[in-house]
Order: sequence, then structure tokens, then C-alpha cells
Amino acid sequence: MLRFWSIKVLRTVLTLWFVVTFTFVVLRTSGDPMMALLSPDALPDEIEQFRRQWGLDQPLFVQYLRYVGQMFTGNFGESLRTHQPVIEIILDRLPATLLLGLLSFALAAIIGIPAGVVAAVRRGGAVDRLLMALAVFGFAVPNFFLGICLILLFSLMLQVLPSSGTGTFWHLIMPVLTLGTATAGTLARFTRSAMLEQLEKPYMRAAMAKGVPAWKRIYLHAFPNAAIPIVTVIGLNLGQLIAGSIVVETVFAWPGIGRLLVSAVSSRDLAVVQGLVLVIAFTMVMANLIVDLVYGLLDPRIRGGAR
Amino acid sequence: MKKRLPVSVIIAATVLGVIIFIAIIGNVFTPYGVTEQNLLARLKPPAFLGGPEEYPLGTDRIGRDMVARLVAGLRMSLLVALAGTAIGAIFGTTIGFIAAHFRGAVEEILMMIVDFQASLPFILIALTLLAFFGNSMTLFIILMGLFGWETYARLARGVVLSAAAQPYAKAVVALGARPIRLYTKHILPNVASALIVQLTLTFPQIILLETSLSFLGLGIQSPNTSLGQILGSGRDYLSTAWWISVFPGMLIFIITLSMSILGDTLRDRLDPMLKQRNT
Repeated sequence: MLRFWSIKVLRTVLTLWFVVTFTFVVLRTSGDPMMALLSPDALPDEIEQFRRQWGLDQPLFVQYLRYVGQMFTGNFGESLRTHQPVIEIILDRLPATLLLGLLSFALAAIIGIPAGVVAAVRRGGAVDRLLMALAVFGFAVPNFFLGICLILLFSLMLQVLPSSGTGTFWHLIMPVLTLGTATAGTLARFTRSAMLEQLEKPYMRAAMAKGVPAWKRIYLHAFPNAAIPIVTVIGLNLGQLIAGSIVVETVFAWPGIGRLLVSAVSSRDLAVVQGLVLVIAFTMVMANLIVDLVYGLLDPRIRGGAR
Repeated sequence: MKKRLPVSVIIAATVLGVIIFIAIIGNVFTPYGVTEQNLLARLKPPAFLGGPEEYPLGTDRIGRDMVARLVAGLRMSLLVALAGTAIGAIFGTTIGFIAAHFRGAVEEILMMIVDFQASLPFILIALTLLAFFGNSMTLFIILMGLFGWETYARLARGVVLSAAAQPYAKAVVALGARPIRLYTKHILPNVASALIVQLTLTFPQIILLETSLSFLGLGIQSPNTSLGQILGSGRDYLSTAWWISVFPGMLIFIITLSMSILGDTLRDRLDPMLKQRNT
């Protein structure tokens, strides 16, 4: 047990260290970090102060160690445009993205998982085919196109929903729907195959022979076992959600970190980009660690083996 | 025994064939060039919605013919995705072979990089590189090539590790073949089907990546155009000229949907192991 946990934690730390090193290397190879992180019209004493602040007068190895230290303590520097500390800007935008992401995920789970279970139970039938066609549709439709279609339909034609911005419940509907659709499709397909695997197992036949009613067999016997692989997919889907929110937030002018990232990349506000990459990477790696640990708790067999 | 192909697959293949054909022959539908402007005919609706006959799918904000734009955008999107898929597949497979051949520290380091890339959404890596290095066509194509290489690397490494233990590989080595010959002539053909399946899965994802980035204004730049770029440029005109965004969006959707349908079928046909789990 201890071995399983320590291996997972070690891998997490290693990945985070990789991400920090990646940003360091990119920053170094893209040119003079001074020029990249300061605006072109910075005054000479500003540059001098910056140089000392970031330790750029030290040898490369020392610089690297300092950089790693600063990144791990959340000191990402200042934005080139607003001169606010990067960490503050990010924390300011984070709640909006979390709200959007959590609601989308909840929506996807509420639709996707039951759809997958129903499709598996009705395998090969019309319901199964319809649900799976919808699932393929769901993850093949580009989110920016889906968003634009929703805006056209609900904001411009029917005029019932606001096309952009935030504030009320109505502002949430279209972004959540757009972001949740792809995840719902993936979850439905995955739940279906996980359920099918369980439904074919001998213990299901034993339960049927014993006279256990169908709903009990499906929801109390098969589903808990199918839930284990579904948990891992949730971890993988977090990345999909984050990638999706970058686009969806831009389409609906949602004031979250996805839109912040796009505008920072466009204006080459590198300190903000760097901070965002580290925060997002940290969130993802942590979420994966939690999923791994939950997986270990759910399935005692995993803990025994090394990986 | 092979089953008959489902109707959906036949439709998907036909549609995709037509789209690729159009991308190859280029614009033969209208006399207008991609960048040819007509400021007197700005934001004209498609002909079937009462627009002028000479612009079958309407015009954009500076009076450029939508048909010409769409064909050029389609060509660019497909070319970029094709280049990206090819680069990623070759690079990833080579890395996988190298990791499996040398084992030890080389393998550990390469696989750590693979894990690193797999642990982050690729669009994040792409945006970082675009921010730091600035946008250019070369960087953009490299980015598309970087997408998905880690899957090929894992796949190739796994296959080599299992193949190396098999009698045929040992026989080839015993006969004096060099490693490069073993990998290209003997092992590669055995992985081919798995690689082809992976190709059909990465191709639509690269199309989505390219169109997403271009849509955000961070991908293909004017005067070049791609489907995502046309779609993005129409965003400000949704209330007056929805066709600028909707037509390229539909094209992207049709391409990714057809590719997904074909990829799924191909996977079931070529990879019996997966079939058991997915049907």
C-alpha cells in the first residue's frame, strides 16, 4: 500500500519538475528572457532590477535552481500589460473556469453514464444504435462550431439566451452545454464498453440463475464493477475539458483562465502564459494523482502490483 | 468471415472521397480567386437565400467569394493535417524503436518525455510554444507533427519489445541482419495495421487542433487561409452573415465525423483484440 502511494506521488513530483524544466528551456531557447518577459520600452534600471530579481546575473545552473524554486512557490512574476502579479490575475479568473468546468462535467456525467448503461443493456438494438450515433456526433462536432450554432439558434433566432458574458444562470447554459457535449459522448461510449465487459462475466449469469431481478443485476452487480475503469477516464477527460474551455471561453467571452490564456498568447504576455501553463499542469497532475489513488482504493488488486 | 460494410461507413467514405477530390482539383466552381475582393459585393448571402447568382455561397466581409475561400481553406486544413500526421507517425515510431532497441537509460528518458506529453492537453503545449516563439508556418507545421507522436512511440516500443522475444526476430538477427533491417523490413510490417488505425484516429484530432488554433487567431495567418480561420473571421458577423462561419464549420464537422466513423470501423476490422472490448 505504502509502496503504491509513494510511487504515485514520486511520479507526480517528477512530472511537475518536467513541466517547470520545459518552461525554463523554452524561455531560454526563445531568446533573451529579459526581452521576452519585459516590454521593449523597459527602462535600463528596470531591466537591471529585473535581472537581479530573477537572478539572471548568476550562472545558468544557479538560475535554473532559483527558477524551479520560484515556480514551486507560485512566484510567476508580473504581467507585462497590467503589472499585476501573475498569480493574482490567475486566481482572479480561476473561479469562473472551475464553475464552468464542474457544471459541464456534471452535465456530461448525468447524460453520458446512464446513456452508456442503457446502450449496453440494449446492445445491438435501436436504442443502442441511436445513443451511440449521438455519442459519435457529440465528440466529433468541433466545440467552437457547436458554440456558434447554439448562439445562432438561441441568441439570434429565438433570442432567449445571452450570447456572451457572465452573471446570471442564463449565461451559463450555452457554455456548459458546449463544453459538456464532447465529454458526454466519450463517457457514454466508455461506460457502454465497460458495462458490456461486466455483463458478459460468469457472475452475471450466476446472479440471473439465482433469480436476482434485472435492475438489481445491472445497477448493483455490474455497474459498481464497471465504475472502476470509468473513474480513470474521468481523469483523462479533465485534460479534454481544459483544452475545451480554452476555446469555449473565447466563443462565449467567458472570463476564465482559458480566455486569459488565449489573450496572453495573442499579446505575448509571456509571464502570464508561463504562470497559466504551470497552474493548469499542476491542477491536471494533481487530479490524475487523486484519480490514481481513488482507483487504488476502489480496486484492491491495483495496490498489490507495482504500477 | 467479413461482414458487409454498414451504410454509415459507405456514406462516410464517399463523402470523404468527394471532399479530398475537391481539395485536389481546387476551385473550378467559380471564376474568382481566393483573395479577389469586390467591395461592392460585401457580405452577400448565398444564391439560394436570394443572393446574387455569381456567388453561390455568398461573400465575406470584403467581398471575397466564399466558394473560393472554402476550397482554399479546405486544401490548407487537409494539407497541414496530413503533414502533421505523417511527421508525428514517423517521428513517434522511430523514437519507439530507439527506446526499445537501446533499453536502459535511453528508454527511461524517452518514456519519461512520452509520459510528460501525455499528461498535458496538447493545445497547452502548442499555445506555450506559439507564445514564446511567435507564429510562423514552419513552427505551426512542427506543432501539428508534435501532436500524437507519443502514442506512436508507445505503440512501436511495445510491439518491438514483444516481437524481439519471438522466434522470427531471433532468426533474422541470427542470420546477420542489422537492427535497422530487422525494424524496417520485419517488424514494421507487423505493426502496420495498428499504425494505420492510429493514423485514422490522429488525423481528425489534428484537423480539430489546427482549426481550433486558427479559429482563435493563433494558427494559419492571412493571406493563407484554413477552414478554422474562415470560421473565426465570421464570428463578428454572426447576426448579419452567418454563412461565413457556418459553411466552414459544417465542412470541418463532416470531415471529422467521417474520419471517426471510418477509423472506428478500421479498428474493429484490423484489431480483433480491441473489437472484443468495444462491441
